[in-house]
Amino acid sequence: MIHFVLLISRQGKVRLTKWYSPYSQKERSKVIRELSGLVLTRGPKLCNFVEWREFKVVYKRYASLYFCMCIDQDDNELEILEIIHHFVEILDRYFGSVCELDLIFNFHKAYYILDEILIAGELQESSKKTVARLIAAQDSLVEAAKEQASSISNIIAQATK
Amino acid sequence: MALSGMRGLSVFISDVRNCQNKDQERLRVDKELGNIRTRFKNEKGLTPYEKKKYVWKMLYIHMLGYDVDFGHMEAVSLISAPKYPEKQVGYIVTSCLLNENHDFLRLAINTVRNDIIGRNETFQCLALTMVGNIGGREFAESLAPDVQKLIISSSCRPLVRKKAALCLLRLYRKNPDVVNIDGWADRMAQLLDERDLGVLTSSMSLLVALVSNNHEAYWSSLPKCVKILERLARNQDIPQEYTYYGIPSPWLQVKTMRALQYFPTVEDPNTRRSLFEVLQRILMGTDVVKNVNKNNASHAVLFEALSLVMHLDAEKEMMSQCVALLGKFIAVREPNIRYLGLENMTRMLMVADVQDIIKRHQAQIITSLKDSDISIRRRALDLLYGMCDVSNAKDIVEELLQYLSSSDFAMREELSLKAAILAEKFAPDLSWYVDVILQLIDKAGDFISDDIWFRVVQFVTNNEDLQPYAAAKAREYIDKPAIHETMVKVSAYLLGEHGHLLARRPGCSPKEIFNAIHEKLPTVTMPTIPILLSTYAKILMHTQPPDLELQNQIWSIFHKFESCIDVEIQQRAVEYFALSSKGAALADVLAEMPKFPERQSSLIKKAEDIETDTAEQSAIKLRSQQQVSNALVVTDQRPVNGMTPDVPLTLVKVASTNSKEDLYPEDHISNGENGTVTEVDPQLPSADLLSDLLGPLAIEGPPDAVQSGQSSLSGLEGISDAVDSAAIVPIEGQINAVQPIGSIHERFHTLCFKDSGVLYEDPHIQIGVKAEWRAHQGRLVLFLGNKNTSPLVSVQALILPPSHLKMELSLVPETIPPRAQVQCPLEVVNLRPSRDVAVLDFSYSFGTSLVNIKLRLPAVLNKFLQPLSLSMEEFFPQWKSLSGPPLKLQEVVRGVRPLPLLEMANLFNNCRLMVCPGLDQNPNNLVASTTFYSESMHAMLCLVRIETDPADRTQLRMTVATGDPTLTFELKEFIKEQLVDIPVMSSVPAMAPASSLPINPVSLSNDPGAILAGLL
Repeated sequence: MIHFVLLISRQGKVRLTKWYSPYSQKERSKVIRELSGLVLTRGPKLCNFVEWREFKVVYKRYASLYFCMCIDQDDNELEILEIIHHFVEILDRYFGSVCELDLIFNFHKAYYILDEILIAGELQESSKKTVARLIAAQDSLVEAAKEQASSISNIIAQATK
Repeated sequence: MALSGMRGLSVFISDVRNCQNKDQERLRVDKELGNIRTRFKNEKGLTPYEKKKYVWKMLYIHMLGYDVDFGHMEAVSLISAPKYPEKQVGYIVTSCLLNENHDFLRLAINTVRNDIIGRNETFQCLALTMVGNIGGREFAESLAPDVQKLIISSSCRPLVRKKAALCLLRLYRKNPDVVNIDGWADRMAQLLDERDLGVLTSSMSLLVALVSNNHEAYWSSLPKCVKILERLARNQDIPQEYTYYGIPSPWLQVKTMRALQYFPTVEDPNTRRSLFEVLQRILMGTDVVKNVNKNNASHAVLFEALSLVMHLDAEKEMMSQCVALLGKFIAVREPNIRYLGLENMTRMLMVADVQDIIKRHQAQIITSLKDSDISIRRRALDLLYGMCDVSNAKDIVEELLQYLSSSDFAMREELSLKAAILAEKFAPDLSWYVDVILQLIDKAGDFISDDIWFRVVQFVTNNEDLQPYAAAKAREYIDKPAIHETMVKVSAYLLGEHGHLLARRPGCSPKEIFNAIHEKLPTVTMPTIPILLSTYAKILMHTQPPDLELQNQIWSIFHKFESCIDVEIQQRAVEYFALSSKGAALADVLAEMPKFPERQSSLIKKAEDIETDTAEQSAIKLRSQQQVSNALVVTDQRPVNGMTPDVPLTLVKVASTNSKEDLYPEDHISNGENGTVTEVDPQLPSADLLSDLLGPLAIEGPPDAVQSGQSSLSGLEGISDAVDSAAIVPIEGQINAVQPIGSIHERFHTLCFKDSGVLYEDPHIQIGVKAEWRAHQGRLVLFLGNKNTSPLVSVQALILPPSHLKMELSLVPETIPPRAQVQCPLEVVNLRPSRDVAVLDFSYSFGTSLVNIKLRLPAVLNKFLQPLSLSMEEFFPQWKSLSGPPLKLQEVVRGVRPLPLLEMANLFNNCRLMVCPGLDQNPNNLVASTTFYSESMHAMLCLVRIETDPADRTQLRMTVATGDPTLTFELKEFIKEQLVDIPVMSSVPAMAPASSLPINPVSLSNDPGAILAGLL
């Protein structure tokens, strides 16, 4: 299973963390420190797997961002590598040619999307289309609620005039 | 796309981004945290929108790595908000901020449950996602039944069902004792009929979790998995959106094959056939393409297929396909594939029969050891470690030593530990072992634990022959400038104990040794000083006649340390000083250290413990656990029957070890080597190890026997020994509760001279053998008789043939009906002369107990002999034409079972060696002749002469002559085994079975055997 997902920028800034195994706040910081040191220093032509503690970390760099997923020793590394790419493709489709800034200012969207792809550290949905549809549905729910709220507040505002 | 509507959050993020340095950032974050804290305090004034905004800010701050130790309650409380936008934020932020052990989560259980059982699909999804990501024990207790209901409910839509499946997976994986999965086997099978591939992917993950705990219950899912795999591999009816770069959901393929690996076998022949077709298609049809993602995805599937094939232990052809693929992978440039090639090749090692093929890639693997990528280097190291055995230990260990100096620090510890273990396990001779360890200490002293140097001291202390060598090596190292402190310790210790053995060599007078060691004293730390003091005392004691100058020097050192602050040092200094002025008593007190008791290497034990800890349930791992290490337990011979055999090293060591195992089988097991399985298998290193300890013996063997291309040939001696000893130690050491009736060893022995009889018997089964032999071929029929009134099930018979026999066992039925007897013919072809023995690995189940036995098969050397009577005129020309080694070998055999000549003649005739009376004039001698048949040399004449000593029936001289060196050697050893019968040896337990004249000239003078030879 995937124990956690990390998005780290080349400068070591964390852009997303998702923990499927229980780590305390302290452990989380430690893990991030250790892994940044391990992954960011690796050269470009090396393999995408790093052995870390009793786990393996599968990572891939997209522009300035490193996507890392931590898995068990005997998990299938290439499968995870393509889950990363699957996630990136969906982000790309959602934001329209995604860049680091999109993920900084819309980090909550990245969480929504990740939740449609992974649950319990396992792949939930491998169809990009389905994920896109579900995210769109969520967005429209939020929009609808907002419109409703604003219309009500309009009403109230007008009523109290 | 901006964060619509949440301006405050965007502003905050921008502010943080604009901070010049870490301090500024902390200031900005602290300000924000203070702000949020005050806003939360007067919660009444917060609109849902504001609450949402602050909770997001908290998550952002948390992500930046700052402690957010408040506001959790606010995040959790959003979960119970009535509207979707707030609820969504509550669920997501909670599942990111908190982990499953957090107390606040308990407060939300009721709300979460209401959302799960409620009608609102979107709420259901949110709740299931959070529980799936962070649900702990309490969630499992209160929610699992609801989640289960949801999964099987017909009204549940795919988007909810797939989440529910993964949610249950988490709850079950974390707390299998809480989640009730009775009856889930059928539901699981139903779930696998799902058409929606998203749901199927989640369900397959759930299945993997379930079968990994208990595969028995889920047999009904197995054929469905194969069907799914077939459908995917053939791309039948797969919607476009579920193909990934043209590959039908690679993830689902991988998951399905993973699930299949938890079933021990695929029994149904049709299912098995379809599965193998699919696997074959994957193995053959995966090409390297340009697109990286397509390549990765197809290779993810391919590597999983490889694992599955290995697990199923498929037909030989398919296995060799796998090895060939892996061989290709480890040579490619693409680092991911090379990494995985190395990793999977290491796994492949667990499967028998491929070691030799893997060894061919040794050079390639060593190249990867020097790769620029540490991940790849690690894999290469692991693989080299795993593939190491006696045949390549020297190369591999030396490669590791060489690499040690240039390797990065992150790997040195592992590297040196592995090199030390391999050196110990597979040392062809002990001096090499000493060399390796000293080099290790020299090159990586910081990473050498005390265990490693203690062990080398143990070896040296227990092996007298090794002591001068070790001392000389220590002398070399102590001279080097700036050696590691561990090297000072070990060298000083060795020189103190054994330095006097070097006395006559240049530069090795006590004084010179002392000076060399003493030079290091100022450089060492406190713990080393006591060792040096002991060394000085020992040097002093060994200096005869005493050297006054040296004595004064050492005394002054003792004197200096008498007031040392360290108690240990002070005590030693005082005591040694007092002792050394006592004269004679000194020699007693400081006498050489006694031998250490035999013990398992703590290093290897540690390594094994680690392996067992991390092992999982998958079959390949289980198999690897059974491969118990055969650590070198050379040390000394324990007194057997009150005798302490004080005999020269290598040769006798093994003899006595064997007899000891025979005499004390329980002891053998309790030593932690529950390796009866391992030892029987002629492929395994233990046998080779023994053979190499027997190194000197090989000299008398035909030289080309060792080089004739089969690595197993070099292990001749060891293998037969190992098998002998293993037979006495049947299977009690394992799980078997079933006891054999009668001695397995005796039954085998009898069958070596008879062609029919009982091979094995226990309360449930009797295995009989009937054999016919014709020239180099034979036909054995195994009679498997069920003694019970209920059937025996899971019957499996596997033949482990030695390399010189070709054996084919006809199909053995899986079930033997009650009171029935099944016949299984076994065809045997003898290719070459060899004394190796074929082993039948037989298992069956009765009730709850699984019985597994390893039985040697009586397809032994003498079965391929055809007695031949020769006249004097025929015999002598042949005898003369075969002159000298390697065709004619002579040996004095001691420790022979004392037999009257007539009985010995009978023994020979029973072995199909025809005794020809009257050929030898001396009535104490025997001459025999026979013909040996093998496929490689057809018929070969064999001549044997035995000269006995009427005064001492326990020794004799034997001469064997044939037209083939290997045959001569094998036949000679075979006869020797018959004469020196181990079970009868209990009265003379530690006798050397043999020593050969040509290589042992020193022993000639006082050796009774030699006197006999001289007389003749």
